[in-house]
This record gives sequence, C-alpha cells and structure tokens, in this order.
Amino acid sequence: MELREKLEILADAAKYDASCASSGTEKRDSRDGGLGSTEGMGICHAYAPDGRCISLLKVLLTNACVFDCAYCVNRASSNVRRARFSVREIVGLTLDFYRRNYIEGLFLSSGIIRSPDYTMEQIVRVARELRETHGFKGYIHLKTIPDADPALLAEAGRHADRLSINVELPQPASLKTLAPEKDSGRIRVAMAGLRTRIEEAKEARAQAAKPRVLMNGGPRAAAPRFAPAGQSTQMIVGADASTDETILDTSTHLYGSYRLKRVYFSAYSPIPDASALLPPVAPPLVREHRLYQADWLLRFYGFTAPEIMAGGEGGMLDLEVDPKLAWALKHRWMFPVDINRADKEMLLRVPGLGAKTVERILSSRRVRSFRIADLARLRVSIRKVAPFVTALDHHPRAGLLDRADLRAMLVPKGGLADRAAILPAGLVPRPVQLPLFAHA
Amino acid sequence: MPSVTLAIPDDFEGWRAAARALVMAGIPPEAVEWRAEGDPVPLFADGPPPAPPADAPPPRVPRGFPDLAGLVIRHRDPGRFALLHGLLHRLQHERGLLDDAADPAVARANAMARAVRRDAHKMHAFLRFREVRVKDGTLAAPLAAPDPVAVPDTPAPARNARSVALALRDLGPLEEPAEAPPPPPGRPAPAPAPESRFVAWFEPEHHILRAESGFFTRRFAMLRWSILTPELSAHWDGQEVRFGPGARRADAPAEDAAETLWRAYFASIFNPARLKPDAMRAEMPQKYWRNLPEAQDIPRLMQEAPKRVAEMVARGATPPTERRQRAIHLPAIIRPAQPEAPRGVDSAMPADLLTPDEDFAEAQAALRRDLLARNDLPPWVANATQPVMGEGPQHPLLMFIGEQPGDEEDLKGQPFVGPAGRLWNKALEEAGVPRGEAYVTNAVKHFKFTPTGKRRLHQSPDAGDITFYRPFLQREIGFVQPRLIVTLGATALRAVSGRAMPVTKVRSSLLRDPEGRPFYPTVHPSYLLRLPDPAAKAREYDRFVEDLGQAAATARNLPAR
Repeated sequence: MELREKLEILADAAKYDASCASSGTEKRDSRDGGLGSTEGMGICHAYAPDGRCISLLKVLLTNACVFDCAYCVNRASSNVRRARFSVREIVGLTLDFYRRNYIEGLFLSSGIIRSPDYTMEQIVRVARELRETHGFKGYIHLKTIPDADPALLAEAGRHADRLSINVELPQPASLKTLAPEKDSGRIRVAMAGLRTRIEEAKEARAQAAKPRVLMNGGPRAAAPRFAPAGQSTQMIVGADASTDETILDTSTHLYGSYRLKRVYFSAYSPIPDASALLPPVAPPLVREHRLYQADWLLRFYGFTAPEIMAGGEGGMLDLEVDPKLAWALKHRWMFPVDINRADKEMLLRVPGLGAKTVERILSSRRVRSFRIADLARLRVSIRKVAPFVTALDHHPRAGLLDRADLRAMLVPKGGLADRAAILPAGLVPRPVQLPLFAHA
Repeated sequence: MPSVTLAIPDDFEGWRAAARALVMAGIPPEAVEWRAEGDPVPLFADGPPPAPPADAPPPRVPRGFPDLAGLVIRHRDPGRFALLHGLLHRLQHERGLLDDAADPAVARANAMARAVRRDAHKMHAFLRFREVRVKDGTLAAPLAAPDPVAVPDTPAPARNARSVALALRDLGPLEEPAEAPPPPPGRPAPAPAPESRFVAWFEPEHHILRAESGFFTRRFAMLRWSILTPELSAHWDGQEVRFGPGARRADAPAEDAAETLWRAYFASIFNPARLKPDAMRAEMPQKYWRNLPEAQDIPRLMQEAPKRVAEMVARGATPPTERRQRAIHLPAIIRPAQPEAPRGVDSAMPADLLTPDEDFAEAQAALRRDLLARNDLPPWVANATQPVMGEGPQHPLLMFIGEQPGDEEDLKGQPFVGPAGRLWNKALEEAGVPRGEAYVTNAVKHFKFTPTGKRRLHQSPDAGDITFYRPFLQREIGFVQPRLIVTLGATALRAVSGRAMPVTKVRSSLLRDPEGRPFYPTVHPSYLLRLPDPAAKAREYDRFVEDLGQAAATARNLPAR
C-alpha cells in the first residue's frame, strides 16, 4: 500500500479524538542540536472546515483492533480498510511535516493489536526513535494503553510531553455495554498511576531546581522526566443516555482525582461504518459547545455544578443560550450589578464579562468611574451586558429585568433553527440524544 | 515643527533614544513629527528637535511599558511612534496609567500590541517552508544584504525583488539538481540533504519579521532557511540571521514534494459531519489561504461534506464484518466476560462464605471480586479509582480498622499510605509493635470525596455507607482472625460494634463485638493531624502511642484464634 493511502486511512481513523493541544510543556529548542522547539504556548498550524485546530500530526499506528467498541470506526467487527504504519514511516512523516512548519509534533495512538504490551511497545518505539535517533524536540502526545506494562508507561512518559487515556463514556455502565473489552476501573487505575508518576517527576524536578544546601553534599541525580504537559482524557457525548449533569459531575471528579489538564468532550459523530448499537445521527455539536462553556464556568468562574444545572431543565443545559446567561435569567434578582462597586465574584457572573475583562475592570476602577463607553473600550459587547449592569451613565430600563420576554430579546437570532443551518443536509439537530439502551 | 526619522519601521532603540530626549526637553507629542525611513515626508518638517538640557531628569516608566512599546512599535500604523511618545509623556505624572485599560490611549496601545502578537502567532502557525536543493552547498553566503544586522541605509524601494531573485539564483537553481532526483511523492524524504534550504513566502500585516526570526532560529537551528516577505527577507545559515530586501511571491519555490502528503492528511483529518466553516475562518482568516498549500482543498471538502454525511446516514448501521479482528494474545483479564446472572451478594452474608479454612490469599481476592461485582454500590463509588482492600498477615496480633481510603490510598490501591497512614506507622514503631504483626484495613473500602478544583476533599461515610460495607468487613475479620481488633476513629467503632457511640467514652478499653470478638477502640490518626495546637498535638500523639502499646500488651494476653 502506498504511504499516502496509509496516511489517509490512519488519519481518518484518528480524527474522532478531539485533543490536539500542544501547550503547557517544558521549554526547549534546537540551538544545542536536534530539531524543533516548544515554548509553552501551543500553536494551531491549520484549521479544518470542521473548525478544529490541526496542531499535531494525529494518526494511529494501525487501525486494526481486537476491541469491539460500538462507537468506534476501528472496532474489530467494522468493515473499514485496515492499514499499519511502520515505525520508520511515522518518524519520517513527522520530521518531514515538522521541517516544513506544518505541525508542532506528533499525537500517536493505535488500535490494540496482539496485546496491550505489544501495542504500547510499538508506540513507545516511535517516540524513542524520534527523540533519541533524530533529536526531535517538538511536542509528542502518546495515547496510553491502560493495561500495558508499567515499564513501558515509564518510558512513554520519558519521551512524551503529554499522555492520555480516554474514559470514553461518562458512566461505567455505558462503557460496559458499548465497549465490552474496556473497564472503567482499569482505566481509572491507569490514570491514577499516571498522576502519581507525573507528580513524582514534578516534585523531583522542583527539588533539583532548589539551591543545594551545603549539608546535602554531592550532586543530585537528574530528575526523571515524565509527561511534563500532564495527562488528559476524552468523553464521548451523545453515545449514551447520560445527562449533562452526569457528564459535568464525572468531568469534575476526573479533574480533581487525576489532576487532568483537560477533559475533552467529543460529540458522537456519524462514522462511515456504524454499529447497529449506535446508528448514525447528527452530532450534538451545540450540546458539546455548551458542555465546554459549563466546564469553563466550573473551573474558572467560581460556579458550582448545581448552580450551572439550575440554568437548565431536567439535568440538561439550555441549548439556546450559554450557561452563564441561562443562570442569570433564572437569578434576575441578583442583577443589575454595579460595574463600579461589585466584587470580583459578582462581576464574573455577569453575562458578557470574561475573566480577563473582569481583571481589567478591577484594575481600571482604581482610577476611573466606568461609563458605558469605557466598557466598550475594553471590547465588551454592550448589547449583552446592558440589561445586567449599571454604570455611571447607565441603568437598565425600569422593569427590563422583570420582563418575560427578556430571554427572547437576548437569544441569538434564529436560535436552534439558525444552528441547524450549520449542520449537514439531512441531519436534524437533536437536543437530546437517542435512548441508548433501547435494545436492552 | 521638528521631526524625528527612525532608520527602520520597527526601530525600538531609535525610538527610545529620541523619545527619551524629547521628554527630557519637555517637548509634547503634538509638537513633533515622527516618521520611519520610507514613510512619506511631512510637509512642514523641520530639522531634528533641540537637545534636552543637560540637567533634565531622565524619564521613568513602569515595568510593563518597555514590553508594550516593543510590541506597538512593530504595528504598521504610522501613528504608533507618536502614540507611544504620548504615553511616555503622560507616564511621567500618571504613574498608574497603564493599569487603566479603559483609557483611550492605553486601549489603543493594547489593541495594537494585541494585533502584533496575533500577527506573530499567525506567522508561527501559517508560514510554510518549501525545500530547495542547491548545487555545491554554497549556502553560507548571505543572500542579499552583506551586513548581519542589515539596516538598509536608503529607504527600501517598493520592489526590490530583482535583487532577491538574483540572490536566490546565486544559490543555485530552484529545481532539483539532475543528479539527485526528488523522492517520489508519497515516500517520506530522508533527512534533509546538507545542500537543502527551506524557503518560505509570508505576508505579515505588521513589521514583525525581525522580531520573529528568533522563533524560527530556535526551532530550526540545524536547518538552513530563508523567510521572504514583501518588505524584508531573513536568512539563516546556522550561525546568524541576515536580513535582506523584500521579495516577491514568485521568488519562493512553487512546490514541495511533501505537500501531496500534507494535503492528504488535511483532507483525511477533517470530519465532514462537523462542518463549522465560520469557526475555521475565525481562526484561519481567508487572507492566509493563498499561501497555505492545504487551503486549496477547503472549498472541495466543504462542498462534498453534506453528501458524504447523507450517505453515511442513508447507509445506516452496517453488518459486522465476516473477517473480524481476532484477539489471540489478549490477556484473559481483558476478554469480555460472557453474560452471566448478576452476582449480587446478599447483604446478610451467608455464614458458609466465612469458612475460616479458606486459603487466605484467595479469601482476600474473593472479597474484592465480590465487592466489585455488586450492582448496588453507593453511587459515589463510581468516582473512586478502586476498592482499597486490607493488607497484612493472617492471624495477626492486631487488626487495625480505619475509616476509609484517602487520596493517596485511592491512587495506589493500598491502605494507610497517606499522611495519616504514615503517622500511624510511626506510632506503631514507637509503641514497639512489629509491622509484621499488624493487619490494616478500612471500614469503608472506597474513597468518598467532594472535588474542589484540583483537590479532593475527604467526605465522611454516612450510616448507610457503613452499613453497606459492614458485611464485607465482618467477612474480612472472619478470615483474618486477629487476636485483637483495634478500631481507629468513630466510623470503624460503629462498623465493628454495630452501633454509634462516641470514641472518647470507650477509648482505651477492651470491648466485645456482637459476635463476641474482642476489640479496642482508639482515635484515628487523622484526628492528630487536624489538631491545630502543637502542644495538644504532641500530647495526643503520645497518648495514641500509649494506646497502641496497651492494645498490643492486651492482645498478647488474649488467646490466639
């Protein structure tokens, strides 16, 4: 098979993984040899028409797989064409692409062939070759096979910037039904192991960086390197019957338990060779978007999960408006907020004010009393914030906050119907996904 | 009106020297004409401004200003020099000016800095190199400008392309030399030949090439590269960056063998079911497309997407393949279990499960298996990593029962390895109890917690949790067969005794559980960790050590079981 054909098959097989980050790792460059650099900030080298960033060469080593996960295009019982890269081919592609500034590095995953150890060994070989033979200093993200030998994981962590293991579905029971070979318990144990190693390596580096006290004597051994950009995971949204509440609850617990850099949500998307368990439907893109927004509010805006869920109904987020606006519409008595006096916590809750803007307001407020024009200069959308704030020259019209049609006034024109336009023909946006367990 | 002319458009040092002198001379921004070499000459320009008085104090700036000015100076707005001069002027008496992002001048400077930063980021992202082979490897020669920090001494003519084209020609033909045929498309090229040069054509919006050449030097130090822009070109030969005159698009190579593969990758990684062209355009504005080899495929991909998705939907589910991928070497643990009846364990544990003669290790493994097989686990268990089972020998002198695993225990799957466990270990040693004579476990086998950001806050098990795990604990006590049970804290006391009672009332006494087995209650080591007063902490710790010693002494006088 031609290399190009393999690349097409194995990139196509990898595209359902949402992660493409290349940020947050240590700084290094090639002035002392090798090829490549990482400077902390991730770089998106291109965007596909699906709006997703292309930062890394994201491919599978092989799409042959003995696991039979219903949501996956590569499952054992799928009819897709199978292909497999040699280690040399992936290494060559990565270097060729990198030299031309197409990518930040490699994100390598694989179907499970033969055994978890064998598969992990192949993945690690690619990373080892890149780092040790070619002095590659770009970004490497490796998918970790939960059941692989700890020695292989240790080597993976030495070469990789980031490791990830996908929890796949928000609830253990769904995983059992849709991915019979996977086990949420073993996945969690593997993530726990990664967190332990990442923290040990970080701790060792911090110790090594401290000025040596005379008493301690001799030079310290070099700190072991282990995935300096941490670990992440992914959850498929819309392949099972989990509510948004369950999804956010699971992601919050995952962040806390394993110190994840990111929990990615990936809307279950039609695949060319669908399983009878999961027939093709429109991907719940709006829902995925709302979940990301809610996740942001939880992590950076001081919202609690019950507060966010109070903005929706029946454990699902409001699809028409963003979760912060949804919350504000149900807590109108807390508004309007005085831009010139409110504390940070309250400013963060104003729809239309982002975390950075709030910092700027707090800093500017020391020398000026805010008028609407001042807010506009901070690039705040006045249309969005006007009903919820007061400023020196502004007070929302009397009764505006009590009006029943306030929501309608704030919903982006067209609402869901408008969004249907972004979906491919023949697909109807479905706010709530199909009941998964209908077959049981 | 006096005028200042800077040598190059992003001449930060020149601006700084001139602005400093102007502020010291007390000349306000509206009384000077600022321009860079190549900008139109103002109608009423006079000579340079007068020198400042010798005793004038030098201007002072807050910490963030040099960085901000360094960015703004690269903006293409001709008003940038005067804007910065104005800020420097005001900063002399408005110290906190830069913190006021709503000030019109500060807002404008911030917006310009943001635009420059974005331009730089897009250059890092969207610049594409094409590989050129050159005869003789005579590449170390500078392309056009002889001076390493080339500052053109005359205003750069709008089109200096001829000289660049000539310079590139001096380097050799842009085509592959006949003796080294290009790798066939679809094959990964080997390491770049020493006679390779990577050349890119890019059209930045602002004057950023000089500043951003450092990024490409750090990244591609071992390659030789040239970046051509309409205004300026940069050339790296492995030692230093040389800057030359601007170029034309046609001066850069027209193609590269790797582009076929890159375009194939771009088309394959795109998911047609998620068409979001606006999101793409927001991040990758169309003005960049003409220099991105992959962008020529975008219209076709977008046009085909709806049809591809409609086909997928119309096809629906496909029957499983007959040539299914087989699991030959897969360890048994991963093979999906055959469907079987739910293995619910009756919460009133049947007595025959507690046979004391069972092999100890098997009894422990069976306990874990049976716990995991329960389909009525408390809902919070789904958030724990794993059950944490007991550890230690059978027939120990003491069996310690704690409350529940904590953060570290949950991660490692072992009991008493966290802070409280370490304290318990130390106390045990001080009490003279050999570690080999102690078995440790918890009343509740999973970690119950509330996530708060990146930490997990321990949550005490409630009565229902204790009741749920109690049969498992009873079964464990049954096969461990200690001489004496030591309960640490209220949860363990309740789980063993079967009823709620305050630890303080019964501490350090010998009691019997409902089965008649002896147990000895004391506090949980985490209680010692929580005491804020160091003196109380030391006192309580001593008492805890005393308790452990007394428990061991008591146990030695009890009959072995």
